[in-house]
Amino acid sequence: MFRNNYDNDSVTFSPQGRIFQVEYAQEAVKQGSVVRNAEELSSYQKKIIPIDSHYGVALAGLASDARVLSNFMKQQSLASRLTYDRPILLSEITHRIGDRAQTNTQHYGKRPYGVGLLIAGVDAKGPHLFEFQPSGVTQEMVACGIGARSQMARTYLERNLEQFAEASREELVKHALRALKESLSQDKELTVDNTSVGVGGVKEDFKLYEGQELSGWLETTFENMNTAPEPEAGESMEVDS
Amino acid sequence: MNHLPQAWGRPRDDIYGAYNHAHLAPSHPTTHTQSPIVTGTSVIALKFRGGVVIAADNLASYGSLALHRREAAEKFNDKAVLGFGGDVSDMQYLDRYLNALAIRENYSSGSGAGEKASSTSTDASEEERAESLDNEGAGTGMAANNLHKYLQKLLYRRRSDFNPLWNHILIAGLSSPPPNAPDASPQPFLKSVDLLGTAFGAPSLATGFGAHLAQPILRRVVPDEEAVKKIDEATAVEAIRECMKVLWYRDARSLDRYSLAVVTKEGVRLSEDERVEGQSWEFAEGIRGYGTQVV
Repeated sequence: MFRNNYDNDSVTFSPQGRIFQVEYAQEAVKQGSVVRNAEELSSYQKKIIPIDSHYGVALAGLASDARVLSNFMKQQSLASRLTYDRPILLSEITHRIGDRAQTNTQHYGKRPYGVGLLIAGVDAKGPHLFEFQPSGVTQEMVACGIGARSQMARTYLERNLEQFAEASREELVKHALRALKESLSQDKELTVDNTSVGVGGVKEDFKLYEGQELSGWLETTFENMNTAPEPEAGESMEVDS
Repeated sequence: MNHLPQAWGRPRDDIYGAYNHAHLAPSHPTTHTQSPIVTGTSVIALKFRGGVVIAADNLASYGSLALHRREAAEKFNDKAVLGFGGDVSDMQYLDRYLNALAIRENYSSGSGAGEKASSTSTDASEEERAESLDNEGAGTGMAANNLHKYLQKLLYRRRSDFNPLWNHILIAGLSSPPPNAPDASPQPFLKSVDLLGTAFGAPSLATGFGAHLAQPILRRVVPDEEAVKKIDEATAVEAIRECMKVLWYRDARSLDRYSLAVVTKEGVRLSEDERVEGQSWEFAEGIRGYGTQVV
């Protein structure tokens, strides 16, 4: 279980200057299955949480930690509307959870959050996508994927980066689904049961699309490549019921 | 030695003597503002097509004594101006408080340079990026509606502590566009908040004596929101100047020097040294029923 003597808590540095608890937390993010995004998000199991009408988050890692963070974000977002009569800026809420996560890494008896988040939506400064890590690191991205096997999805996004700025809403959803497909193992397929997509846009509230709402997108995205036989029930990704 | 927990970490009584708890107790009761002391009087404001005009005279009174001049209207940013009636020291407190708020706002939602993710390193997208940075300042920062909501919460909090800020404030400016229509042109905004946190808006508003003397005149100019769209800046400013004259004639706690601010999408024009012009006191001859006249 323990790799060495320096991973009992998050306030002890190893002689190499590493904090193992934080690194373990980052491993937890990689265990969660993929979530990806370019203004859209998708995943399987309930992994997209709408926070406020203008944005939502997608998670990879410990769902219970994501619940804690998303409750905090919901509360902060409502507070902004109540006291300032305006939707909170995505950069602002991202910094707040970043700071909160970071304090967990420097207090004895606390542990880092075991979850990574993608925070996506539109605020007064336009569309934004932020990545959040358990260490408290946050950064703004054009497109990003986190979670297990997300490297393939990120590679896809990187290859198509130039197209995103000009892409239409429908094209972005297709890119999102194709990138998500990349992260699946060879014999798995995206289906209406294991995929969900969140879309937020200018003049458009953040909305979560699930189940049959996705069938159109899934069909048009994968129509050309779908030469393989219908996946049998046992072959698709396992779905939490 | 005393080993009981309440003695932990404290100087030992046998060495330093018993601690005198009177040092901690206040020597006087906590007092809250019971009434305003140095006061400002009327602030009046009027919406027109594309903006708001607001005015307040520059007098600070101590009871019936004309004490000194004051700043009555304050520019918060390019989208909002505040007009303060009521206690002047509470106004100054709020002024400092709002300065701190403005600085905080500029850090979190200022120009936004460097916050946007760089898309790619190609030349074309560099240009796009520069453009998007230019536009990024637009739509951020506190608009008048944001400031009004904040002040309402602040004043309500203070009255709930039984320690109100003794002011009646008009917030004039432009409101931020609704989130689902970011391209909509900003609308004129005029609302008030008082020492209880009571807040409401109207096409025309006035504090203090202005609520009795100026408000009826202003309502003749803009009876409702429909009328706001029909009058232009010049008409609105003229109506406000006329009201400042009436207030100078009739309100004994007023001054013939006043501040006048106009907020439009071009920004704020604030002039702090306006004079009541074209006075004629002939009407005073005909007034009966006050003071010591017998006829």
